[in-house]
Amino acid sequence: MAVMNMIEAINSGLDNMMERDDNVVIMGEDVGYFGGVFRATAGLQEKYGKTRCFDSPISECGIIGAAVGMGAYGLRPVPEIQFADYIYPGMDQLISEAARLRYRSAGEFIAPLTVRSPFGGGIFGGQTHSQSPEAMFTHVSGLKTVIPSTPYDAKGLLIAAIEDNDPVLFFEPKRIYNGPFTGYYDKPVEPWSKFDAAQVPEDYYRIELGKANIVREGDEVTVLAYGTMVHVARAVVEEHGINAEVIDLRTLVPLDIETIEASVKKTGRCLIVHEATRTSGFGAELSALVQERCFYHLEAPIERVTGFDTPYPHSLEWAYFPGPVRIGEALEKIVGELKS
Amino acid sequence: MANDISNRNLSPLSLHVPEPKFRPGDAVDYSDVEIQKAGDQARPDVSTKPAAMRDLAYDLIRVLDDDHKAVGPWDPKLDDDTLLKMLKTMAQLRAFDDRLHRQQRQGKTSFYMKSTGEEATSVAAAMALDAEDMCFPSYRQQGILFVRGYPMVDMVNQIFSNKADKLKGRQLPIMYSSTRLNFFTVSGNLTTQYPQAVGWAMASASKGDNRIAAVWCGEGSTAEGDFHAALTFAAVYNAPVIMNIVNNQWAISSFSGFAGAERTTFAARGVGYGIAALRVDGNDPLAVYAATQWAAERARTNQGPTVIEHFTYRADAHSTSDDPTAYRSAQEREEWPLGDPIMRLKRHLITRGVWSVEQQEALDVECVEAVKVAVKEAAKNGILGHGLHQPFETMFQDVFEEMPWHLREQADQADKERDIKWPS
Repeated sequence: MAVMNMIEAINSGLDNMMERDDNVVIMGEDVGYFGGVFRATAGLQEKYGKTRCFDSPISECGIIGAAVGMGAYGLRPVPEIQFADYIYPGMDQLISEAARLRYRSAGEFIAPLTVRSPFGGGIFGGQTHSQSPEAMFTHVSGLKTVIPSTPYDAKGLLIAAIEDNDPVLFFEPKRIYNGPFTGYYDKPVEPWSKFDAAQVPEDYYRIELGKANIVREGDEVTVLAYGTMVHVARAVVEEHGINAEVIDLRTLVPLDIETIEASVKKTGRCLIVHEATRTSGFGAELSALVQERCFYHLEAPIERVTGFDTPYPHSLEWAYFPGPVRIGEALEKIVGELKS
Repeated sequence: MANDISNRNLSPLSLHVPEPKFRPGDAVDYSDVEIQKAGDQARPDVSTKPAAMRDLAYDLIRVLDDDHKAVGPWDPKLDDDTLLKMLKTMAQLRAFDDRLHRQQRQGKTSFYMKSTGEEATSVAAAMALDAEDMCFPSYRQQGILFVRGYPMVDMVNQIFSNKADKLKGRQLPIMYSSTRLNFFTVSGNLTTQYPQAVGWAMASASKGDNRIAAVWCGEGSTAEGDFHAALTFAAVYNAPVIMNIVNNQWAISSFSGFAGAERTTFAARGVGYGIAALRVDGNDPLAVYAATQWAAERARTNQGPTVIEHFTYRADAHSTSDDPTAYRSAQEREEWPLGDPIMRLKRHLITRGVWSVEQQEALDVECVEAVKVAVKEAAKNGILGHGLHQPFETMFQDVFEEMPWHLREQADQADKERDIKWPS
């Protein structure tokens, strides 16, 4: 067991997989000699050689397209897209190709790739380094979408994603690479080393995709979140003294509907939190699912707390971010009748 | 004020929108199409640096001359048996295309795409590759499957989307796939296969393999971003890949000018990337073979990628959904200065004294009969729209390796609907 932040945990997962499987290769912008702009691939080229971990041209369609071809050859590529905001030139290769190879060839060709990409805001990245585009991928049949919220989960989920024979989008919440975040931008970041989830085995382990994690048990309201927002939601819940059950979804597709359903049936209330824009966000899907399955158990309307439907602003980042005020208001509204 | 544009007496800007030379009803005159003399093109050593052979991107490699003889340094000097196999394969392919096109017209399937006039660009190219080399075709390279021995009946099963369709009725007709024959699943989206082929070739090189990749696209889709990403990757990593551009002059109704042909050749795309580039008479099967053989040897000896432009003509419609009489002159096909690949190879073999007009006529009949048998055999497995050919649950299979709960639920719904829509 070692103490790792999320970057170190991801690096450790990549290292384990490259050691175990010669077919695991990494490519992406700046991932080789330099080890990635966030250092996630640091040391891997030195350890495994230039043909296993290498820099790529600045071409996301080329990176993902080449990865699809490598997968067809029999490799297990783990391309990095430097920021999720840059992934759009690669969309056709993801949506029309990677996601459909297995289906259109009736299983003759598969695309066992894991596309890693830092996503989300809270780092003053402006509109091109802050987006949360996960819902665009959950909408595509044939793609899996995974989002960790701790170093321990990041490693275990990443290993499961790499071993998965279907294409996986692995979005890393870059705001919490170094430590969890309570939503108060003006408070100092506490490093991961102070938290249990930073205890990460150096050896291989995996966390099955499609399994949510109940990070806080409670009976007053179910809070569904993923990535950075798990930590923000949990902090706000505690601040408001509400006995909420906070569920970290970890995988959006396939979704752990059983855990969600059981929790909402128990609490009768549901709050959904994500940083991504609101309209057609993944929260809309979650809200519909909860309504369809738990309607007669609901004692209050389902609430969504999300980013606003604007581009991610630079100077007004903290006005945009769905932090303690917006979450707190929604929580009070949803449990208001309970308290009165 | 110097920056005041209005004071500079400039004539107004005008936008250039390309226009093809001939439209329906126009008399066709190809006298300005430069046709190089067969045999005149130098054949550089396969280790020649791209910068030292740029002229070949603007030339036209030709082997068969006007007297139907094979001439010059690019003559691959193939033996009679190989040439006869090439001829027979192209003839079979053409007969297949004609017959299956008619099957669509008779309502037995939804769609078909012929490769008429371009047969050499897939057949001769595939013959110059090893069977283990990986092909990433576009939608008009069914000739590769004929070369590699894919049974016609399986092709028709796929075209009919019937119960014997190996792709479970999921793909539009002619979007074949065969891992066994190293034929990548055809996409239908354009040029997505280009970076994939380069990635495959990179993987082969990184594993110390000896296999190479070959990929095809049309001249129209060289405009796609994926094409340029692929050339960049191929150049950067020196990938063992042959990148074929089948310049058949037309992308549905858009002539090659909309992909940049008014300014330069398509082979010249390679020049900007520092990739070896050959421009070939695509209706000369020996030139296509020779160019592919050259590029394959170059790739296999770790000397990197080659771009090959096949200058040819799409003799028929883009697909069964297209009517070329609405946008181009019917004379274009008749007047095409580079003739027809099957006719040219036939005449060459007759000139060699190993083939005759009578034998060709017999071959054509034999090819038609073989297709008829395949179609009849395949039709026993059903035709599109007549009954449910695939086991119902296959609709939800292969989305993922394992079916998640949401697809299981949707499969149950489809099953319920089935009992109502198609009561047994």
